[in-house]
Amino acid sequence: MAQLTFREAIARGIAQEMRLDESVVMIGEDIGAAGGVFKGTVGLLEEFGPRRVRDTPISEQAILGAAMGAAMTGLRPVAEIMFADFFAVCWDIVVNEIAKSRYMTNGQMTFPLVIRSGNGGGLRFGAQHSQSVENWAMMIPGLKVVVPSNARDVIGLMAASIRDNDPVIFLEEKALYSSKMDVPEGDIVDTLGTAKVLRQGTDATLVALGNMVPRALQAAEELAEMGIDCTVVDVRSLVPLDTKTILRETSATGRLFTVEENPRLCGWGGELASIVSEEAFYDLDGPIVRITTPHIPLPAADALEDMAIPSIERIVTTVSKSMNS
Amino acid sequence: MSTTVNVAASTDIDFKLGLYRSQVALRQFEKRAYDLFLENLVKGTSHLSLGQEAIASGFAAAMRPTDWTFATYRGHAHTLARGVPMTPVLAELLGRTNGLMAGKGGSMHLTSVEHGVMGSYAIIGAHLPIACGAAWSAQYRGTDQVAVCFFGDGSTNIGAFHEALNFAAVWKLPVVFVCENNLWMEYTRTTEVTAVANPAADRASAYGLESIIVDGNDADAVYEVALAAITKAREGGGPSMIEAKTYRHGGHSRADPGKYRPDDEVAEWLAKDPIPRYHTRLLELGVPETKLVEIEKAVADEVELATEEAKAGAIPGEDLLMKDVWADGGSAWRN
Repeated sequence: MAQLTFREAIARGIAQEMRLDESVVMIGEDIGAAGGVFKGTVGLLEEFGPRRVRDTPISEQAILGAAMGAAMTGLRPVAEIMFADFFAVCWDIVVNEIAKSRYMTNGQMTFPLVIRSGNGGGLRFGAQHSQSVENWAMMIPGLKVVVPSNARDVIGLMAASIRDNDPVIFLEEKALYSSKMDVPEGDIVDTLGTAKVLRQGTDATLVALGNMVPRALQAAEELAEMGIDCTVVDVRSLVPLDTKTILRETSATGRLFTVEENPRLCGWGGELASIVSEEAFYDLDGPIVRITTPHIPLPAADALEDMAIPSIERIVTTVSKSMNS
Repeated sequence: MSTTVNVAASTDIDFKLGLYRSQVALRQFEKRAYDLFLENLVKGTSHLSLGQEAIASGFAAAMRPTDWTFATYRGHAHTLARGVPMTPVLAELLGRTNGLMAGKGGSMHLTSVEHGVMGSYAIIGAHLPIACGAAWSAQYRGTDQVAVCFFGDGSTNIGAFHEALNFAAVWKLPVVFVCENNLWMEYTRTTEVTAVANPAADRASAYGLESIIVDGNDADAVYEVALAAITKAREGGGPSMIEAKTYRHGGHSRADPGKYRPDDEVAEWLAKDPIPRYHTRLLELGVPETKLVEIEKAVADEVELATEEAKAGAIPGEDLLMKDVWADGGSAWRN
């Protein structure tokens, strides 16, 4: 066991796969010599050289177009879009080209590629460098969407994403880059589409993603002191979605709360609410409640940003009010 | 000595007859596609290459089977020119299961990986970066494959064009960009909305590339410039961009009769139709007319057969609808 930060786990997960498979290559802005603006790729250029770790111009369409062309001809590119907000300037390549081409060609092509991106708020970067875009990616047929919440999962889910034969949007929560945990030595390979039950309770089920997972866990501790015993589920992967675990854990407590950083409308929790309503309605003891960022662009000032993104306090208050009403 | 000359000449003539056949095939196919629209057998939209055949034929002749074509929504000609049979292409237009993609792609997305046709892309400019990626893959794996990327004059004003050109130049990628300048960007004259007279060639210098313009209605000229650029790319010399001047005989798409174009301009370009020109050239080289008629007849028979086979194709069923979103063949997003 060694203490590893979330950002170190990114490089470790990628390096693990690059050692095993020569077809894994990296492409992005400042990923090589600079080691990534979030230092998520430190050491990779030194170990694998500039042939496999290639810096690019600030050309997001070129980066993802290149990843797609390389994937359709036998490579397994890991591309970086520095901030998830920047998906907006290359969304055509993601949505119209990468996501649709296997289907349109009747399965003639496969796209084994990973697009990593720094996602979400908490760093006071303002509206154009802070958005949580997991719901953008989730609504596109043909994309897998992975959002790990801790260093160990980063390694295992990164490995699984690189080995997967489909395009994976791998969102790295910026607010978690400096978080640490004990991670075992040796290769770690996880499974996409598996949610994890991190805490087992009897009264309510909190389903959270990414940066909201540690907050939901802390909130559950505080709620326990108030006599509300919560289950906490880490979704980990929006596509494929482990509805079995979520339905089972919701039915067991009879209450579902989603904790989402994405803005309110069409956030991933809306889809979960729909699934649970259709398939576990009679197991519910009260309304499904979504705890989300309001439907606003994220503000820059720390005081304002903290009000916007679901906090531990807001989770505790919302759950306790709803459970006691 | 004379034997050698004769052999060379004969090979040359055979090659030229191949180029002629290719152009005639593209022409007759597109005419048939248009007829089938009028019968309402081809649904949706379609963009024909009538008048632009020499570019597809000339480039295809210069490519190896292992090279890659990246085409646009005006991609029937580029697909057929790489050796994809007519029946699956026509059946795709008709939305039948014997179509190239079983009806799931349609006219604008023709793809045949086994023939090196790595997709036809209907978002202007998007495929230039994708062609760069294939070229990067060839460079990385140390193969000598070349990506050839065709696009229209309208694509030169979109961001992806400029990102791809710079990227290809900086990485010295084995990719050849081919602008088919048919003078009209959909319904607008390209020069009216473009800062330079030659939309591709005048931009080449911004990316350290040579400015290359070719008569796109002359298959021999296209072949020569294509071979030079492809060879350069194959040998590690990096990308090229070629602007081929041409003209579409019809409108932009099925819905467009092309009436915005002046009659004298249309007449001038019809006089430069690549196929009669090539026909005349072959006659001048001593090819008997009967030989050319024989080729035209053989192509016509091929088109007839393809039409029958395409029409006989089955209508796709529900089994295809949910297939092949994912690499495992399925479309499941949940357990």
